[in-house]
Amino acid sequence: MLNPDGSIDELASLRRDMLKFARLQLRDDASAEDAVQEAFAAALSGQKQFNNRAQPKTWVFAILKNKIVDIIRERVRSPSTAIAVDEIPEDAYDDLFNEKGFWQDDTRPSSWGDPESSFSSRQFWRVFEICLARLPENTARVFMMREMLGFETEEICKELAISPTNCWVVLHRARMRLRLCLDEQWFNSENRDAEL
Amino acid sequence: MLNCKQAAALMSQEMDKELGMMQKMNLRVHLMMCSGCRNFGKQMEFLRQGCRKFIQQDS
Repeated sequence: MLNPDGSIDELASLRRDMLKFARLQLRDDASAEDAVQEAFAAALSGQKQFNNRAQPKTWVFAILKNKIVDIIRERVRSPSTAIAVDEIPEDAYDDLFNEKGFWQDDTRPSSWGDPESSFSSRQFWRVFEICLARLPENTARVFMMREMLGFETEEICKELAISPTNCWVVLHRARMRLRLCLDEQWFNSENRDAEL
Repeated sequence: MLNCKQAAALMSQEMDKELGMMQKMNLRVHLMMCSGCRNFGKQMEFLRQGCRKFIQQDS
């Protein structure tokens, strides 16, 4: 119905991808289901457009992103939202550096070779998802608003009512953690050797 | 002279806003001498690319 050439399987897999993305972003199954449902409804109401799109997935995801942004805005307005800048403590990465602030011998970032070649590996994306899911909740939200929903840093500060400095600190700690996770779980791991 | 911890922080910051002239110069000097930080910088770029691809991938 949605896609005349596609099968039910294709829709199911699209739905699964959308849910996965919404869950990572919202950390709440019910909200994630709602967002995906609404995105599908919006896509269906513009079905003609949908059928004519070369990249229906990109389009539905664009709708989903907007829904997620709405939900985040709604949450921030409600007073229960806690934005923990200290989810990852300031000294979390001190062990990576020696007393002069230089990389330790065993933590100095080594080359990831040709990392883009991993983009074609399903296993890589599983690892990527696991690493994202391991970020603390609010840290993940700030990071994903920046890198996946495409907010400018100033907008994130405003939306989440945090100072620019705190916002940047959260982003930096998120990147440090994600880099370490990919480094350990993929680029320096047997997972990758088995796959590539 | 920047140390690696400061250089890493600047490279992350650079993903979000333009650095000042002195910061850029100091960073460039540090990167010329430090392969670990050069790798770190490339990996920051890769993370961004990965995030953009994450929602487009056909899994």
